[in-house]
Amino acid sequence: MEILNPEIWVDKYADYLYNYTIVRVNDPIVAQDLISETFLAGLKSKDNFKGEATERTWLISILKRKIIDHYRKINSKKGKAEVHISYKNEDSEGDWLEENAADPFDKTAEDQMENTELGLAILACLDKLPEKQATIFKLKTVANYDTEAICKEYNITPSNLWVIIHRARKTLAECLEKNWFN
Amino acid sequence: MKFYLKCNEAAHVCDKTQYNEARFLDKLRLKMHLLMCKLCRNYSKRNAALTKNIKAANLKTLTATEKQQIKNRLEQQSFDK
Repeated sequence: MEILNPEIWVDKYADYLYNYTIVRVNDPIVAQDLISETFLAGLKSKDNFKGEATERTWLISILKRKIIDHYRKINSKKGKAEVHISYKNEDSEGDWLEENAADPFDKTAEDQMENTELGLAILACLDKLPEKQATIFKLKTVANYDTEAICKEYNITPSNLWVIIHRARKTLAECLEKNWFN
Repeated sequence: MKFYLKCNEAAHVCDKTQYNEARFLDKLRLKMHLLMCKLCRNYSKRNAALTKNIKAANLKTLTATEKQQIKNRLEQQSFDK
């Protein structure tokens, strides 16, 4: 049976939960609130965790509820649920319907959904790396920190950093090939 | 200054290229090495694909301060209980 480890939850799962939430609520502040609430609810009900799923899956199932609740709350305010469509400004003329239709050559919803899933797959693979490796890789690759800044923060030399990056990239590429492309 | 790279050096330059941090001369050396070495060609291909995937996924991370905020909130609330 798995044992819960709330002390390391934030470091380990915050990014995964954040990427899951941000595409669903589209607001960084709300997303962070929902994540805090999720961790909190997890803490409160950790005795109910039966160890049938991984920690991450369990937290995601709580998060899903929180997101649904969030939409219920904002929709219960009267009038908010109505959708108003009108011209963007007074002067615009032309075919109203045509102007409001989505561009078929634009990125489709399906593309974006697939990209989101890809992102979660990458983060799940990052879980397999040692904690320090994963953090440094994320700083370098996702947050685009300078090599020097990271070296200073973690007190390592640039060649140390590149070794870490190299190992992380190798593991990630293998993991993705196994879990994503097949 | 030698011109031919060993495989581990080539891998190092290849990693740097993914972050646009390789020097021009090194990139040239890498190209030469890739012409001769099939294993490194494979690595280079996978490495580039990984970079592309990460870009396409449009990942977001929380900054250290944001994470600390969440931690603080958790601590505070669990004390209140």
